[in-house]
Amino acid sequence: MGASNTTHEAEPTRRDFIHILATTTAVVGAAGVAVPLIHQMNPDASVLALSTKEVDLSALEVGQAIKVMWQGKPVFIRRRTGEEIKESEETPLSALKDPKARNANLAANADAEDDHRVLKPEYIVVVGVCTHLGCVPLGTSQGEVRGDFGGWFCPCHGSHYDNSGRIRKGPAPENLAVPKYQFVTDTMIRIG
Amino acid sequence: MTVKASFRMLASAGAALFCALGAAEAAGGKTLEYKHNHWHFKGPFGTYDKEAMQRGFQVYRTVCASCHSVDQLAFRNLGEKGGPFHLDECPAGVPESTDCSKPSENPVVKAIAAEYEVTDGPDDTGDMFKRPGLPSDKIPGPYANEQQARAANGGAFPPNLALIMKARHHGPDYVYSLLTGYETPPDTVALGPTQHYNPYFAGDMSQLLKPEYLNEEGHPVEGVEIPPGGVLAMKAPLSDGIVDYADESVPETVDQYAKDVVEFLTWASEPKMEARKSLGVVSMGYLLVLTLILFFSYRTIWSRVDH
Amino acid sequence: MSHPSTYRPGTAFERWIDRRLPIIRFADDFMNFPTPKNLNYWWTFGAILVICLVIQIITGVVLAMHYTPHEDYAFASVEHIMRDVNYGDIIRYTHANGAAMFFLAVYIHMFRGLYYGSYKEPREMNWILGVIIFLLMMATAFMGYVLPWGQMSFWAATVITNFFTAFPIIGEPIKTLLLGGPAVDNATLNRFYSLHYLLPFAIAGVVVLHIWAFHTSGNNNPTGVEVKDVKKDTVPFHPYYTVKDGFAIAVFMLLFAAFVFFNPNGMGHPDNYIPANPQVTPAHIVPEWYFLPFYAILRAITFNIGPITSKLGGVIAMFGSIAVLFLLPWLDTSRVRSMRYRPVARLWFVLFVIACVWLGYLGGKPAEGIYVVQAQIATAYYFAFFLIILPLLGLFEKPTAQPKSIADSVLKRDKAPVAAVAQAAE
Repeated sequence: MGASNTTHEAEPTRRDFIHILATTTAVVGAAGVAVPLIHQMNPDASVLALSTKEVDLSALEVGQAIKVMWQGKPVFIRRRTGEEIKESEETPLSALKDPKARNANLAANADAEDDHRVLKPEYIVVVGVCTHLGCVPLGTSQGEVRGDFGGWFCPCHGSHYDNSGRIRKGPAPENLAVPKYQFVTDTMIRIG
Repeated sequence: MTVKASFRMLASAGAALFCALGAAEAAGGKTLEYKHNHWHFKGPFGTYDKEAMQRGFQVYRTVCASCHSVDQLAFRNLGEKGGPFHLDECPAGVPESTDCSKPSENPVVKAIAAEYEVTDGPDDTGDMFKRPGLPSDKIPGPYANEQQARAANGGAFPPNLALIMKARHHGPDYVYSLLTGYETPPDTVALGPTQHYNPYFAGDMSQLLKPEYLNEEGHPVEGVEIPPGGVLAMKAPLSDGIVDYADESVPETVDQYAKDVVEFLTWASEPKMEARKSLGVVSMGYLLVLTLILFFSYRTIWSRVDH
Repeated sequence: MSHPSTYRPGTAFERWIDRRLPIIRFADDFMNFPTPKNLNYWWTFGAILVICLVIQIITGVVLAMHYTPHEDYAFASVEHIMRDVNYGDIIRYTHANGAAMFFLAVYIHMFRGLYYGSYKEPREMNWILGVIIFLLMMATAFMGYVLPWGQMSFWAATVITNFFTAFPIIGEPIKTLLLGGPAVDNATLNRFYSLHYLLPFAIAGVVVLHIWAFHTSGNNNPTGVEVKDVKKDTVPFHPYYTVKDGFAIAVFMLLFAAFVFFNPNGMGHPDNYIPANPQVTPAHIVPEWYFLPFYAILRAITFNIGPITSKLGGVIAMFGSIAVLFLLPWLDTSRVRSMRYRPVARLWFVLFVIACVWLGYLGGKPAEGIYVVQAQIATAYYFAFFLIILPLLGLFEKPTAQPKSIADSVLKRDKAPVAAVAQAAE
């Protein structure tokens, strides 16, 4: 071993280059192999195909709400009454706990006025996952508690949301998220 | 034997093994040798012919689908990268926000899916209901289960076609030969009403020899040739002109239909083949470079010692 | 480790570590392990096998994230991996072909050990641990093959568990215990999945012992002559053998990748793309190629031997063909280790390799007519090689002269004409 070390030191850079190159190439290869091994954990093609969902709203009566599943999460869609719309529109921003719109269809800094929470004032569409710790708030089905502000109420830790899905009272930090969606027809929306 | 010689030997043995395994295991029974077609998808750089796949899907839908399922295929697969109806860009008239390269938004795939009826449910009242297909649905088969399929086909089970090319030796050549190989049976055999003779189908024709060609022990009389192949429950499914192609320049013949449906079903068996092969070319290239570099590194290091 | 440690902790941190958990010392000693300088390419298969095991475990863990071990979903979940999971087809093809490549490498590794007498004193433990690894590999590969729940999976499970019914009285209960029912079903699939996940880690454990063993005795080498002078006969493992093994691994990977990317089903059987059907047995049941020699031995026993039925005889012969490997260190009576200096043994060895390959060929053929006779001859030779030829050869053959030392053999081969001068100069 001693003998080999002396030759090693006697001839420095040019001969060492090939070893550095070999090691580097092997490391690059190993990194390349890691890509598929990690990427396989991402959502697969069958899951991605479910990433959009079309919902027909024609059967939804005024004042009613429905719950649909989208990407494994519930989405609340409520057809609000004129009174409810009015109430939400007149809520001053100062009364809101979270002043951001949290609307995936708008810029991140949009403020949370009711107009920024909906595409059409008649329909409020929100992801039904409490922004506190992920429970599903009550208030969609008939007869469920709708909280102090007539929207949704999360039973886990007592968060109250209003008719626009905005947090008004309780530990949740943010308004209920509005997913990316669009109206395909007047009464049909595509979420995602 | 020197080290190099032994390594050469190993390498050539490996190469021989590689080739032998590809070519070995010819058709099991006493069938005719399969017809060899020059398939576009063969070889390390082979790719699928998209138009042939689209026509093949049409043939499958018009002819095969009345008995055969494609269990593993979903509508979305048709629009996935490399699939027959994949789109890179949206055609005119589709809303701007649509990303047609996504199978779930591909308008062609959505239209095809909507033409099928799929069972969904249970609904709020607990009943199953029918609705038009969505891209994420599996392509529904003709029968609810194997028992129903057998009952409808005189006891025979029409196999799932989504894996047929991998589930048969030399799948593409076999299916092509079978589809184009139906013949009038020789005079020496008598067939039942649901039996159809095909020289490429594995079977034993000696069981069907007419009694006059059998001796007292039930063996074939000397000099009587046993025809190759066997009988199957499926009658010749294709005939000239049975499927109407939109492209007038493509002949509407049994031969063309068979080639097209083979192209489609090969894709259905191995939808990621193109991506796999191109990744393979990159990987092999990388490994060759790595091997060379390591070889020089090895030579350099070992030049320091007597060995 | 058998060699004195040369590690000197350089920094205060290294000294701190070294007094508490000398892991750096361990790695350093491992990399500096004095390795005979004359190891040829047949010796690279050890490292290749380590890589094979690592590849199988990593791809296997990944596949387990997507696979469903249930008779109704297993087949579909494998197709889901092939079609939907990102890179799922590549990962599964790597795992499936990886098993075959693993066996290819292990057979070369075993033939190498056989030829160069690597099982002889003081390396008996090393050899025995190797045979245990081989057995575990076979069990793992078999159970893995069942998981896709195709026709071949199902019928392989049925046929192989029926081996046990050859044993009178205890056979049936053992089979029922293994299957968890009267026939192969969901319970079988689930336990095979569990064990298929477990056994590779058992293999990894035995591999550690296997490496520990030859780090105690030192590597054998092509001359079979023990290391006399560490300075002259050996080189440190790193960089000399890391780079040589690395090169060999890269070449091996080329063959591996050729299969995975361009002929991924070349070594598989089409019937396994048909979902398992307990009512229909495929026309030709054959195991994967790496089990074919043993399959041929199983089927070669077509006659009763006294009270032993042909069925039991076949099973005994098949298990015996592996059991005899455990006895090999004591069956070979020669005092010369490497067959390089045993010209007669070398001929018998070549015949033995041919017999094994021939058995492999016959295992894939239908068990009828001339094939059976050939399999019987090859099987007879297989056992005769271990039980008659090797014990007797050691007593009667006349070996050629062995070199005095490894360094000596290296110098002689490379510089034959000036060897005498070189020796005189030393």
